[in-house]
Order: sequence, then structure tokens, then C-alpha cells
Amino acid sequence: MTKQVRQLDRVVIRFAGDSGDGMQLTGDRFTSETAQLGNDISTLPNFPAEIRAPAGTLPGVSSFQVHFADFDILTPGDTPDVLVAMNPAALKANLGDLRPGADIIVNTDEFTKRNLAKVGYADDPLEDGSLDGYALHPVALTSMTVRALENFEISKKDAERAKNMFALGLLSWMYSRPSESTLRFLERKFAARPEVAAANVAAFKAGFNFGETTEDFVVRYEVKPAKMPAGEYRNITGNTALALGVVAAGVRAKLPVLLGAYPITPASDILHELSKHKKFGVTTVQAEDEIAAIGVALGASYGGALGVTSTSGPGVALKSETISLAVALELPLLIIDVQRAGPSTGMPTKTEQADLAMALHGRHGEAPVAIIAPRSPADCFDAALEAARIALTYRTPVILLSDGYIANGSEPWRLPAVAELPDLRVEFASEPNGPEGQFLPYLRDPATLARPWAVPGTPGLEHRIGGLEKADKTGDISYDPANHDFMVRTRAARIEGIEVPDVEVDDPDGDARVLVLGWGSTYGPIGAACRSLRQRGLPVAQAHLRHLNPMPRNLGAVLKAYDRVVIPEMNLGQLAGVIRSKYLIDAIAYNQVRGLPFTAAELESMLEEVVKNA
Amino acid sequence: MHEAKNSAGAAPVALKLTAKDFKSDQEVRWCPGCGDYAILAAMQSFLPELGIPRERTVFVSGIGCSSRFPYYLNTYGMHSIHGRAPAIATGLSVSRPDLSVWVVTGDGDALSIGGNHLIHSLRRNVNLKILLFNNKIYGLTKGQYSPTSELGKVTKSTPVGSADSPFNPISLALGAEATFVARTIDSDRKHLQSVLRQAAEHKGSAFVEIYQNCNIFNDGAFEVLKDPSTRDEYVIRLQHGQPITFGKDGEWCVTHPPGAFGLEVRRTAEVSADEVVVHDATVAEPAYAFALSRLPEGDLRNTPIGVFRAVDRPNYDDLVRSQLDEAKAKLVGEPEAELSNLLNSGDTWAIL
Ligand code: SF4
Repeated sequence: MTKQVRQLDRVVIRFAGDSGDGMQLTGDRFTSETAQLGNDISTLPNFPAEIRAPAGTLPGVSSFQVHFADFDILTPGDTPDVLVAMNPAALKANLGDLRPGADIIVNTDEFTKRNLAKVGYADDPLEDGSLDGYALHPVALTSMTVRALENFEISKKDAERAKNMFALGLLSWMYSRPSESTLRFLERKFAARPEVAAANVAAFKAGFNFGETTEDFVVRYEVKPAKMPAGEYRNITGNTALALGVVAAGVRAKLPVLLGAYPITPASDILHELSKHKKFGVTTVQAEDEIAAIGVALGASYGGALGVTSTSGPGVALKSETISLAVALELPLLIIDVQRAGPSTGMPTKTEQADLAMALHGRHGEAPVAIIAPRSPADCFDAALEAARIALTYRTPVILLSDGYIANGSEPWRLPAVAELPDLRVEFASEPNGPEGQFLPYLRDPATLARPWAVPGTPGLEHRIGGLEKADKTGDISYDPANHDFMVRTRAARIEGIEVPDVEVDDPDGDARVLVLGWGSTYGPIGAACRSLRQRGLPVAQAHLRHLNPMPRNLGAVLKAYDRVVIPEMNLGQLAGVIRSKYLIDAIAYNQVRGLPFTAAELESMLEEVVKNA
Repeated sequence: MHEAKNSAGAAPVALKLTAKDFKSDQEVRWCPGCGDYAILAAMQSFLPELGIPRERTVFVSGIGCSSRFPYYLNTYGMHSIHGRAPAIATGLSVSRPDLSVWVVTGDGDALSIGGNHLIHSLRRNVNLKILLFNNKIYGLTKGQYSPTSELGKVTKSTPVGSADSPFNPISLALGAEATFVARTIDSDRKHLQSVLRQAAEHKGSAFVEIYQNCNIFNDGAFEVLKDPSTRDEYVIRLQHGQPITFGKDGEWCVTHPPGAFGLEVRRTAEVSADEVVVHDATVAEPAYAFALSRLPEGDLRNTPIGVFRAVDRPNYDDLVRSQLDEAKAKLVGEPEAELSNLLNSGDTWAIL
């Protein structure tokens, strides 16, 4: 039968199943096919906290959401248009998020009495009419896959496991996705087991053909490529982009990189990724604890490497004393905090941006450090380079605040030309700098207030540094009151004096009276909300901070140019508090700490109120 | 000038250095009479013989009286934070194989707040020389008991006696499978320097416990090991390849008790010569050295000093470096070009 083809401008699909069903892989492959087509994309994986929660239960549900469009998009989408539910738990856990009328594809083989009971369905939702408001597509995914693979010499288990490829084939058909990259991928992935590779390919094709032939699917959709700047692209997650940014920083600084890390969700992928790039002179040390992890990084910085440590909030808390030491030693150090919901263990797989206050103030004594935050997955690459620039130029610890949302989420990344990346080369001290031919380790560069980086091995510059207060210039131990006052102020001035670009304001018509100020991963939902408001004729301006310490010089003037300033944050108002006290602005804090990113829709309705009443 | 071997990257070079060259311009600020002075002087006069230029020698310390050590040596040095010196030194050592990296620590610094870093650097066998000044007390904070103070120790924080048993640092290091473990005494310069020499020659972690007198808060803690009238009876001097006997006239010896674990001290006259244990620091199993470490009595009788264990095991620095070198050998083009390839890897697509 010939199928109707309908054009769409955007689609949000959520793949959901048991954590053993391969939903992350399925979503990933669909994303890759979609990228090949030139759509703009944004993805959001959602893992269960337990590695293997009991099969078929609500806590065991793993999902992957992909939003793709023929225009540039900013978020993974608020409400899915399509749900692929591999079992009753996946249906139950995700149904509430769908838009009315959404397509639901369910694996009917899993809708057994027992599985229904496991998640508390008294009646089968596929039959009791409760899904009447949706376009339900019951598909016997498992049994059809097994039947399609009858002639393969593989175990029943391997055959059943290929059901995710059947589902992917079906979705690829539905949305007219090119399948070559997935077929290539399967051959690579199962290179050691050619029979399994062939079976997965066959399952994929069976799913594709099923779409073509079954009468249940009457429409096929197309989403045209988005108009994006010309260039070479790849899809990238925030953690991978961060790791590549660190590699690039080492190459552009012509310095070895040493990452000290202790495994922690959701930052471990940075350690995994960096451990693959030894040929660039990147050493990774999986330390015995968070404190040792930053210790080895600092030791490497002392020796002339770019020392980096990656962790999440609980790890930063443990590292705080060593960060203070780095403040006193005035050595470059990059601390990556992939924030997660706290306090304490909190919700490790859920996102939050509640470590800003800790980054700003979480140390003993007056111990300011530079702080920067990426705004999206691909932006993590540039943010890592910028953090390295500040650390190396100003000889200071820099805290980079990513979060679980951008760490695991992905988007297309236009590949930069390496030659155009910032030049981060540094000069080590090589000669005595004192008037009497002595070496003064705390004699500062007048422009940056940075002290010389004199690495062990340099003859004639032998010197001792430490955590005790140091005398200006000589670095000798000093308890002199005036000296301490001077050094505290000088360290603060060095951070305050870091050159950071002005904050840009997005106010297309220039007539907005309300400014939305954000930082970090809220960029996407805030941007999407602002766009939507403007389309409805409600003017609103957006500014987003990359540099949180020091803040851009023009920020005060920007804030004062608007009648109202709204600050949405996934915390209880940490940036808002800083802005209020620093600029004496009566900012409106809009806060949510649900472990989830804001939806564009909720921000839009909140902002609408503010704009209308401004 | 005598030249010792050293475990830092390059071969020793003939340098005309003297003890004076290793003195910094800082005024030394330990209490008069503190055992640290003797250790510092021994170190300053020992360092020249290593043949390592001053700039390639680095001392990293934590917090405590002993941790002031780096300030007084005219080498590179870092006085870091409490307990963390082994971690910081690990980062330095692994990224700079050309340096000779020493850690100076104390019983509180290494065994209390920094216990974790100590055992992990030992198990990794990082190329560090770790000198633990053990005075069995907290000196800098003015006299609380430490993790090596004897049970029942009366101090400011334990007015009716401490309720926790001490660590035996040598046993602890051996438990972490340290490849070089030794003990020496602050006042015995010759022995101290000979142990330092062997530590410096060792490739991998060298752990040296130095009994150090804190004359202010725990004076005389090791007096029986120093006093000429008692020391021969109390101290067992370990010498590789020699039967273990001690006492003024060698009247005591160490033997394997038949049918039991461990070692015991017996009267030499009562055992046949072949029953006396011949010290072998290179025994692969740490159990032998561990048994030696258990010999001392509560009153310090039967305290072995010298090198308990010196064995070869791959060290962390070399293993990490060889992985790095192997990977770097695969770098065909300029790093910039390789970086460009890396960024362009995976599924990419072009937008025209
Ligand atoms: S307190 Fe004890 S260990 Fe510290 S300097 Fe004084 S004598 Fe030496």
C-alpha cells in the first residue's frame, strides 16, 4: 500500500524501556541518523539511579528523548510527540509527559498480567480505554523480532535483545531517517560476533519493513534539514565536549595535561574520555579519593602541567581545602564540577545548579577563584578552553560548573578549526627576577597580577612555597598584619581583574522592558521561552552569564537598563542573591529544584506574567 | 666526592655541592633540642652525595613540626596541607620523572589525617622517598596523643589516658606492600644517612620511619634506644645477609619458633648457629619483614632498625609513563593536526 507522507517542522520522541532494553543505544542511533539528515537536534537521556533495578519496575525505567527540527532548537522538548514503550513500566512512567494525541508504540509482548501487576495496573491500559486520547500502536516487538531471526544461529536471548533494533527500524521508517550509519555501526559494534551483527541488521530491517507494510501506520513523516551555519558537524554530549576541550587546551598551551579524578556520577565520563587521549600527553590518575584527585592535579600543575580534576558537588566539598591551597600557591588548576541534585548524595542522576554558592564561597578564609559555566553540551568545549585560559594566564584555580543535564544531553556541534582556537601558550620563569639577582616567587606581573610559574628543574629558581601566608614578593613565611591584609586584597584583585568578555543581550527589537538573566544549562529553556513570547508579540530580553566570577564589566549597566530582571535557576536563588547584593537590583528569582531542567512552557507562562505586568 | 646512585630519571652528575648549598636562607624554627635539627643536618650533608642538582630535588610536606622541613632546604619545596603531601607528590612525580621527589611527614600527618594517601602511594609504588618523623605525639598543636602514642598515653586531650591502640608504622607500610621499608633514629647520623642512601637508590616508594625526639611534649620517648647503657640491649641492627643477633656481646638472637608463625628473640647461647635468622631484605613475601616489625615489646625492647624490606616491583611512574610513551609514539602528525582528527572523529556530517 502507498503511504501518505506528511511534513513536520519538529518532533520529540522518547524511547523508554527497562534499563536492560538498550534504550540509550537506540536513542543514540536514532539521533545519529537524524544528525546525518541535517536536522537540528537536542537530546536528553534519563537513567535510573540503580545500575540494574529489578526488571519491569518503575525504578528500572531508562529513557532517551530526542528533539529534532528543521529550525534551530534549544531544548530536548517539553512534551514528547511519540513514546516508544517497551513494557508497562515504561508506559506508566512516561505517559504523564506526553502531549494529548501523541503516538504511543507499545511492545505488547511485555503487557502480561504479571508485568501489569508489577507496576500496579489493575486493568490492561491497552484495552481499558484509558489511552483513547492517544494514537496507540500495539506492536508485538519481541515476538516479531524473534520470528524475523528464526534462521540465525543465535541464542533466543540474543534474538530477543535485538528487539530494540526492530523498534529503531520502525521509527527510522516512520520518520524517513537514513539507515546506513546504523547498519555500519552494528557491524562495528558486533565485529567479534558476525552472526549477532547480521541478526541485529536483520531486526532493524524487519522493523523498517514492518512500517512499510502494516496498516497500522498510515502516515510517514519528514522533517527537512535545518538551516544551520555551514561546516562539519558531529553530535556531542557535554561531558565528551568538556573532555575534548581539555585535550585541546593542552595542545594549544603546549603543556602536558594531568587529570586526577575519583569516579562519581555524573562526571565519570570525563575521566573515561580523557583516559583515551594519552597520545596528546594527557595522563589520567584515578586517585584513592576526591582529595587525592585534586592533590595529584595540583602536584602536576606545580611541575608545569595543566592540572585538572573532575567531579560533582560532593567531590568539590572534599576538595575545598586543596582549592584554598591552590589559591595560596597561585598555581593554575581546573576544577570541573558536573553538578547534581544535593545535598549529600541527593539524586546523583538528576540535575541541579545548586553548587554556585559553594563555588563562590565554599572555602575557608578569603579564597576567591574564577568561575565559569557552559550553557549547552557543545558549549562545554569552548568553556573548557576559556577556563584553561584563565587558569594559565592568572595562575589561579578555576571552577567550571557544568551539570547533569548538559553533561549527558547532546546537540550538534560545529567543529572548530584547530588553528582558530585560542593560543594558550605560557612562559615559565627561567631567570631570577629580583634586584639582587635573587628569585622572587611572588613578584607579580603588573598587568595580570599573576606570579611567575617557576617549575622544579629550573636552575637558580629554587624556592619554597606553601599554605602559610607569604610575604609579598619574596614568598617567605609572614605573619605581618599589613602584609596579610595586602596579600588578601591582592589575591582578590587578581581575580577581580580577570579580563572577561562583556555579556551580550538578546533583545531583537530593542523594546523589551523585562530581562531574563540566566547561567549554565538553563540557557536552552530560557531561550526557547523568550522566542515563543516574542513570536506572540511580547518583547523580552535574554542575557546569559558564562563568567560568574568575575562577572562581566557591563553587567551592572545591562541590568539597570531594564524595568524588571528575572532570574530562573535550578536552585533556591543563588545567582539572584549575588545579583541583588552586588548590583542592588530587585531581581525576581524563579526557582525550581526537581532534579529536572525547566520546561520552556513553564518559563514562558511565568515570564508572560512578568512581561504583562511590567 | 662520594656518589650514591639515585632513582631519579637521569644519571648522577659530578657536582661540586656541599651541605652548605642545601641550606636555605630561612631561620630554622624548631624548639631548641628538637630531634628535627639532627635530621635536617644529616639530610643537608647527605644530599650532595646523591649527585642530583638542587633544582631537580623537591621536598613536599604536609602539616606538623616535621613539615617545616622543606623551608630549610635550598631545593624546590612545597609545604602543603595536612596529610596530603603523598597525593601532591604523586602528581608531581608521575608527571616529572626527571625529579627526585621526597615527602616529609609526621605520625599525625601520615598516619592520622593522611593515612589513606600514604597507603595508596605505597601500594602504587610511586617513586617517592617518604620520611616519616615519628615522635609519637602532636607537637605543633601542643601535645595531644598521636596515632603512634602508646595505649593509655596521658596528654592534654587524654587526661586519664588514651583509649586507642597505636599503629606500628612499619607494619602498616608492609601491609600496604611497600617495596622499601626502613627505620632509623634521629640521633644516629651514620645510620640515618646509610638508610637515606638506600632509600634514594630504591626505585619506587621508599618508606623510612625516623624515630624523632620531641623534647617538649614527649621527651625521651626513644631514650632506651639511644642511651649507651641500654641501647645494645634494646636495638636490633638489621644488616642484609647477616645473622640477626644483638646485645652487648651478641647474646640475643632472632629465630623462627618451630611450628608457629612469626619470629622470636632468644638467647644466642641456647640455640644452634643455624637456627639464627639471617636477615634478607629482598624476601618477596612481606610476611618475613612483617614478623620483624612485630618484635618490639611495649618498652621498646627488641626494636629493629635498618632496612626491613627492599624488593623490586614495577613502579607507578614507569608504568604510567610507558603507557603514555606508547601512545605518543602513535602520534604521527603535529599535535594540532591530530587534534583536528580527534575532533572530526565519529559520525560527522557536513552542512553546506
Ligand atoms: S614541639 Fe616537639 S617536635 Fe615540634 S619543634 Fe618542638 S620539640 Fe620539635
